[in-house]
Amino acid sequence: MSVQVARSIDAVLDHLSSVSEATLLAGGTDLMVEINFGRARPPDVVAIDRLDELKSLQRNGRVRMGALVTYTRMLDEDPGSLALREAARTVGSPQIRNAGTIGGNLGTCSPAGDTLPVLAALDATVVLRSRAGERRVRFIEFMTGPKRSVRRADELVTAAEWDEAGPAQTFMKVGTRNAMVIAVAGLALVVDRVRHRVGIGIGSCGPTILGAPDAERFATGMFDEAGWERPSWPSEAARTEFGRLVASAARPIDDVRGTAAYRRQVLSVMGARAIARVAELT
Amino acid sequence: MSIAPVRRRVRGGVGESFERPDAVPKVKGEFRYGSDLNREGMLFGATLRSPHPHARIAGIDVAAAKRLPGVKAVITAAELPTRQRFGLMKLDQPVLASGRVRYVGEPVAIVAADTAEAARVAAKAIDVRYELLPAITDPIAALQPGATPLHKPGNVIEEVRVVHGDPDARADIVIEGEYALGMQDQAALGPEAGLAYPRADGGVELHVATQWLHEDLRQIAPCLGLPESKVRLVLAGVGGAFGAREDVTLQIHACLLALATKRPVRMTYGREESFYGHVHRHPAALFYAHGATKQGRLVFVRATIVLDGGAYASSSPAVVANAACFGAGPYRVPNARIHAVGAYTNNPPTGAMRGFGAVQSCFAYEAQMDKLATKLGIDPVELRERNAVRNGDAIVTNQAVEGSAPVAEIVRRCADLPMPESDIPSDPIALPGGAGNLTVGEGVRRGVGFAAGFKNVCYSHGFDDFATARVRLLRDERGPMVRVHTAAAEVGQGVVAVCAQIARTELGVERVEIDPPDTTIGSAGSSSASRQTWMTGGAVLAACREVKAELLSRARVAGRSPDDLPGLLGEPIDRTVTHRHRDTQPRNEDTQNNGHVAFLFAAHRAVVDVDVETGLVKVVQIATAQDVGKAINPLAVIGQIEGGIAQGLGLAVMEEVQLQDGHVRNASFTDYLLPTTLDMPPVVVDLIEHPHPDAPYGAKGVGEPPTISSTPAIVAAIRDATGRELNRVPVRPDDIVFDVPYRSGWRISPGDDPRRASRT
Amino acid sequence: MKLTVNGEERSADVVDHESLLTVLRERLGLPGSKNACEQGECGSCSVFLDGELVCACLVLGAATEGRTVETVEGLSHDDELSPVQRAFVEAGAVQCGFCTPGLIVAAHALLRENPEPSDYEVREALSGNICRCTGYGKILEAVQRSSAAMYRR
Repeated sequence: MSVQVARSIDAVLDHLSSVSEATLLAGGTDLMVEINFGRARPPDVVAIDRLDELKSLQRNGRVRMGALVTYTRMLDEDPGSLALREAARTVGSPQIRNAGTIGGNLGTCSPAGDTLPVLAALDATVVLRSRAGERRVRFIEFMTGPKRSVRRADELVTAAEWDEAGPAQTFMKVGTRNAMVIAVAGLALVVDRVRHRVGIGIGSCGPTILGAPDAERFATGMFDEAGWERPSWPSEAARTEFGRLVASAARPIDDVRGTAAYRRQVLSVMGARAIARVAELT
Repeated sequence: MSIAPVRRRVRGGVGESFERPDAVPKVKGEFRYGSDLNREGMLFGATLRSPHPHARIAGIDVAAAKRLPGVKAVITAAELPTRQRFGLMKLDQPVLASGRVRYVGEPVAIVAADTAEAARVAAKAIDVRYELLPAITDPIAALQPGATPLHKPGNVIEEVRVVHGDPDARADIVIEGEYALGMQDQAALGPEAGLAYPRADGGVELHVATQWLHEDLRQIAPCLGLPESKVRLVLAGVGGAFGAREDVTLQIHACLLALATKRPVRMTYGREESFYGHVHRHPAALFYAHGATKQGRLVFVRATIVLDGGAYASSSPAVVANAACFGAGPYRVPNARIHAVGAYTNNPPTGAMRGFGAVQSCFAYEAQMDKLATKLGIDPVELRERNAVRNGDAIVTNQAVEGSAPVAEIVRRCADLPMPESDIPSDPIALPGGAGNLTVGEGVRRGVGFAAGFKNVCYSHGFDDFATARVRLLRDERGPMVRVHTAAAEVGQGVVAVCAQIARTELGVERVEIDPPDTTIGSAGSSSASRQTWMTGGAVLAACREVKAELLSRARVAGRSPDDLPGLLGEPIDRTVTHRHRDTQPRNEDTQNNGHVAFLFAAHRAVVDVDVETGLVKVVQIATAQDVGKAINPLAVIGQIEGGIAQGLGLAVMEEVQLQDGHVRNASFTDYLLPTTLDMPPVVVDLIEHPHPDAPYGAKGVGEPPTISSTPAIVAAIRDATGRELNRVPVRPDDIVFDVPYRSGWRISPGDDPRRASRT
Repeated sequence: MKLTVNGEERSADVVDHESLLTVLRERLGLPGSKNACEQGECGSCSVFLDGELVCACLVLGAATEGRTVETVEGLSHDDELSPVQRAFVEAGAVQCGFCTPGLIVAAHALLRENPEPSDYEVREALSGNICRCTGYGKILEAVQRSSAAMYRR
């Protein structure tokens, strides 16, 4: 195992292009667990945590969040998404939030990554860079499976980008402890009242972060009827139906943290609560 | 012995919330735990463990491992100095597996190397060929005729029958129920750790985090082929214990490696290995029937209790006995039949954990009491008060409770403690789901539950239970001081503070130093069974009184005041005393005699908010009244109570070692969840101090009762909020959302022999 | 490798896979930060890294060249305890003590940012520090006492 501390993005990209498989280390909250438990001894580690260029957070209608923005910064600095702040608050503990980054969440690409449902709901774009240049991939096309993505071995995730979607959004998660818990199920809901768009991201309920197109269509119909600009109070029947459609998009399994049946159940509950919560927000 | 009262009043005596002597080094990070130990030339040990729950070992090839750089020793069963096995109560556990492995995690080989990494890599390089055998992981199945015996005598580790009054008595009202508890982990934060080094005389010295130095010594020495005189144990700093350090884990291995390499060897388990390396709380299946009159008087209790002992016995026999003896609760029960059995299975071994058998049966009998209250239309608190054991009443083992039995009082006083001020909050962080932002009150219902429980203090059933203390009163350049030496393991509970406070009160000297516990002094017994205040505290008290008698005698002879310590302490006064509690009787066939020293009682009331749609729980408040006899250090007593409740809360709603075919599915703190600051509610404590005549200052011990009835109180509160049956802990969100009660799949008539079970 | 620990520049031979926690404990003679879970779940190894509260077990040692670390050992000076340490002693917040160093560091981090935290702010800030002995009641009290001692008098 060798460790290099990267001093520039170009140096990282040069390195990535010259070796077959380098492991990138940002906040360490995923990789170090594998190393500490003796499950991984990656031969070639590149620590990218000092690359200041990846720490910027820009907002002007479109948010560009550098890959090394930590969960703590998402909480402390307005990241242009309420749901993302709420998701950041559910991540681990202050210690984890000070270390873990959006880029790390994307790099690991776990279905339980807490910010990822939000990126799906925001229809965010992942910015990847290699020596060949930069490319942008919609998040929902970025993640291809549990801990798998379209990132090539020579690419570095440099940022996530999305259009600010206004105040009507939320994130919630179920875990069997009131803090410091990996999601049994997570749900992000974004209602962009200006662009008339509903976005949904479901976490921990399938091999990737899942969307819920039927639920999105259903909610779009609700807001078409109630008026996108105004607060609204969906009927119980509408909330329940929305929840049902959210849950029906899931592809959960039984695992050590929860059963598939439970995941479907709580998704329907979270869906119903989320739509009611968000419909009021303008 | 009549001793003049102490005239010198000093700070930090008995009854005072005084700072503990180890607190300052602990807050500075200077206190040295087992895993902090270092020694020049030290090697690192590692353990290779079985990946299979049951298999024959067809061969072990260590050649490749031995060739690796930095490897200094590889030991398998073939290289052991003797064939001796070890075990707390039965010598059934191999030091290293020989011929057969019986659980996932069983040690097969050990390695010492220059670095921890080299040792780990070498252990992995050992090639073991296994032939898999069918695993038995259901303890009731293991008990049935025809089940493959996992040990020569069969799969019954221990069987305890309590037969009291007319065991076949009939009653107007009969309530039946089946209950179960999952496997709880003690999860002490400090992992198992020790440092062994060879001595010039061919012996070995071991610094280790343990609960009972002398019992470790008794088990270690024969496995090393050494006399006890050549093995010295010293207590390293202990990062919590809760029963998990009652058993030998790495002690023998570290000594073997040190002797083989003639170098110091440190072994430290990581968290994952810790889950495989120590015993857990027994999972249990319980089948209960309660009979009562229409007026709500208990007529009988019949129960069958099956405890999963896992692959080796550990302390299972005593856990089984406790589950049976306390299986009817702190109530007047004129008739009973309780049949408790501990079974060998291919699950990880189980043994001591705080509450020790009493936890398992309390969960069941308190649920039964609530069901009975509902059926009779009587308030659950009132039903418990009405049936409470009173001083002089016999429990179902036919032993009269003497000294103090304030059961009705704790029940009433607990029920009368103030309720939480607020209604259901609206901030998600204070609601079920917490940081998950799940609800602002939607789906949330509040519930209140109540439970009482009890267990023994000290060792029972004829065990020769004693503690030794040496107390020296001397003067040095700073003036008079007291040194107290015992082998009592300070595991966090504060026995060091208790010893110091007793010495201050008895001898009127503020400066007390506690010597490091080791095996150069007599045994103190284990830091378990809530016994150290009673036993080691009692020994220190007795030794102090002998010192004081000598002081008074010197004063008399010298014609000086006993307060003239500088004048009287030209020679130090040095006394060593061994203290025993009164005799207890060995268990007889029907378990009807005076088997226990005394009993500890507590009651808990829980208030919970439950999100009934997601099944998540937030415990809002716990109120408790506990019979402590006398609080030597009230702050420390409350700390023990709050900590014990946190473990009871964990068992109620989140903590379980999840097993699948003998494999642990969640051997990490990511998936074995412990309560955090956002899970543990404020605790309202009412200490009830009725001094026990046999105990030092009347102090009865406090560690375990908080863990016994807190769990059933919380589950009762969740039942109140949800209307669900919830007959298994930990309560899973699924249990609340889907309302499918747990069923073992076995039909057993309560009180019957579980070896005659039928499938449902 | 060189790094600054508790105000002193230190150098250490570091094996590549070792965490900062291992470096502190095994290479630099600073075992005050504890190793209890190895995965950032318990907070026993909490330290300040360039002023930020982190779990030292999740920081790769070899990647800390030139950085600044503050551990529990750096919070007291000779016999003088920090107000947080003093409050933990007096409030009865210490039992086995294995979680204590991490909690002391985390409580310092909280009070630096938020001198007078509410009960729930303390609970949330310390939710990554597991204590198995105390049930947290006395720890929460100690943090409030520290706050009073440091800022309200």
